[in-house]
Amino acid sequence: MKTGSATWQRLLPFLSLAALFIFLSVASPNFLTPTNLAAVIRQTATINVMALGMTLVIVSGGIDLSVGAILAFSGTMGAMAMANGLPVPGGIAVGLLCGLFWGVFNGVLTTSLKIPPFIVTLGALGIVRGVTLIISGGLPVVGLPREFESLAEGSLAGIPSVLFVLGVCAVLTHVVLHSTKLGRYTYAIGSNREAAVYAGISVSRYTVAVYAISGMLTGLAGMIEASRLMTGQPTAGQGYELQVIAAVVIGGGSLTGGEGSVIGTLIGAFIMGLLSNGSDLLGVNPYLQQALIGAIIILAVAVDEARKRRFRQ
Amino acid sequence: MLLDLQGIEKHFGGITALENGDLQVEAGEIHALVGENGAGKSTLMKIVAGMLRRDGGAMRWQGRPVDFTRPAEAHQAGISMVHQESLLAPHFSVAENIFLGCEATKGPLLEQRRMETDARRLINEHGFPLDSASSVYELSPAQKQLVEICRALHSASRLLIFDEPTSSLSDAEAAEVFHIAQDLKERGMGIIYITHRLAELRAIADRITILRDGRTVHNGPIAALSMDQMVHHMVGREISAIYERERLTPGAERLHVDLPGICFTLHAGEIVGIAGLMGAGRTELCQTIFGITPAAHGSILVDGTRVSINSPQDAVRAGIALITEDRQQTGLTLSMPIRANVTLAHLDGVTRNGFISRAEERAVAERFGERLSIRAASVEQPAGSLSGGNQQKVVIAKWLFRDAKVLLFDEPTRGIDVAAKAEVFGLMDQLARDGVAILMVSSELPELLQIADRILVMRGGAVVTELPRSTTQQEIMQHAAVDA
Repeated sequence: MKTGSATWQRLLPFLSLAALFIFLSVASPNFLTPTNLAAVIRQTATINVMALGMTLVIVSGGIDLSVGAILAFSGTMGAMAMANGLPVPGGIAVGLLCGLFWGVFNGVLTTSLKIPPFIVTLGALGIVRGVTLIISGGLPVVGLPREFESLAEGSLAGIPSVLFVLGVCAVLTHVVLHSTKLGRYTYAIGSNREAAVYAGISVSRYTVAVYAISGMLTGLAGMIEASRLMTGQPTAGQGYELQVIAAVVIGGGSLTGGEGSVIGTLIGAFIMGLLSNGSDLLGVNPYLQQALIGAIIILAVAVDEARKRRFRQ
Repeated sequence: MLLDLQGIEKHFGGITALENGDLQVEAGEIHALVGENGAGKSTLMKIVAGMLRRDGGAMRWQGRPVDFTRPAEAHQAGISMVHQESLLAPHFSVAENIFLGCEATKGPLLEQRRMETDARRLINEHGFPLDSASSVYELSPAQKQLVEICRALHSASRLLIFDEPTSSLSDAEAAEVFHIAQDLKERGMGIIYITHRLAELRAIADRITILRDGRTVHNGPIAALSMDQMVHHMVGREISAIYERERLTPGAERLHVDLPGICFTLHAGEIVGIAGLMGAGRTELCQTIFGITPAAHGSILVDGTRVSINSPQDAVRAGIALITEDRQQTGLTLSMPIRANVTLAHLDGVTRNGFISRAEERAVAERFGERLSIRAASVEQPAGSLSGGNQQKVVIAKWLFRDAKVLLFDEPTRGIDVAAKAEVFGLMDQLARDGVAILMVSSELPELLQIADRILVMRGGAVVTELPRSTTQQEIMQHAAVDA
């Protein structure tokens, strides 16, 4: 009976998402339409892809505040490459490499200088945003090849193509986290860093790898965002870091490390996406929307904490 | 009668921690409270100290029925507890910690200087090696324990509870704690003394209460009880309190350490003990060999080949493993299942084509669980839910799976109960038979004498002498404490 209630509470995020979905289907005739659902997927794709990387970072006991800025940098650089004649796959590769670069930058700085990742990535947020604005002169990059649009806006058999991109990334991240050495070490480092050192694990190397993967996923998200806007927007992604962290936390990730899952994070991101889409459809005041999402974050973590407390006793 | 507990009960969810706890303590006595881990000692004491509320039974304090709902109420009555785990604020000074929660004030302002002076007076009165101004995070575990004792002394007036005060202390420091307890007893205080070191109890305690599975199974004068009877009451079955190890002929050279002031060799099948006082450099030696604090000079040879050890990865690759004294902090990842802890140092052993095989991992953990008789419902149970002895076995299993040839044990029996100690010793013996070389740091001299083939004594960061296993505690202490 006890384990039964624990399982129920573990399923709570998923049940909340399902309940929200059913509620919106009933409350608004415009919700359960292919057009609207496709829009929800397109709107949340960026946050979702970034949140996958952030899941790794948070499970390892870290945090990355610079993802919004990295998204803008990668999107702008990828767009500039394409505007200067590089074909679309090349442009996307440039975006991914830019993300990878800043991820490695964060990882190396936090492990070699032994500065908390909160500080390193807070600084990186400023640096990356500044560099993006300098390189682009603060102007959006336009003139992108038409086919680039299909990354974010295309469809395959009536399903938005970003959903496939997200699906592939999610499956890969899940497999990495649960079935590889890197994933196991990520949990081990986040749960008890010192014990990981004493087990002979190269904590620094794996920490850098985690930030690198997160950076690369953010680079991909930057290209999706650029494709959606069909511009390289140097001011894109402001405040995204908080939405991304919120998605991970709503999905059961712990900011002290050692806890979090891909499925949880996806649920967290979709809960936020549905809340904002539903509020639009139901004509909820946009100011109220923000407060609502804030309240949901606190509520979700409070429920999760209660579950863990009971488990510990 | 100072304190009278009758039939105390306490349940946590569906688990019964205490079923029938009886305890009577007089003023001016040292009362030993013993029992295996999980017997309910700490729960009973937390009820006395107002940290937990009882579910049943009667508690009388100086003849009147009481029911403490908060630690502050117990404090006011004159009851204080020296905690097993450190509950100190690391960034505060020693003096600030002693006064934490009962700061001296003048109006709205803190009286820093007065607290400082009072703390210094308290420390000097008992001759503790402590500086009232130093920050707690700089202190050794033993010194932290002394701060805890100061804090309790500062607030308690009638009854002081020592919860395993000497588990992290060397013999000389433990003797100092006994002296303090004796002194307080003579001043008319009641002392409750919890410990796993049974031998030390006979020297200081007047009476004893033994708990088993949440019930008081024996109480009476300690002099009337033999060591074997004590152990019998605790575990409820016959086991030998003294472990006898048959010595083997040492095999080939496994480890040779040549560092400034430290030179020794470990052979296959050998258990070499390291004795010394707190701060003699024993733990530091282990950390150097394991690459946590790499040596600047000197050399380390494994199986006759010189290895350069600059990180734990290097040490592990060379076949060296360190079983640390603090398994909760550095030995285990408590939230992860037993399975994942066992394979953590050697994931390659269960990885196929880059993917961890859960089935293989489970099989490995189950195999070691059986070999080391780790008591758990399943290998999926979190390591943190195991008893101290079983946690220690999981740490050992981790290194056995890694196939370590040299095992460094730093205080292997710290905080584990009598029955589990015998099991850990049995395991160490078996490992030696299998050709592993073992270095064992211990503050428990009787244990070293039982287990080790020879004993190195450290003082001031150097090995000062090597003694045969026929040596005595007195001889070891002479080398460890006295400047030759």
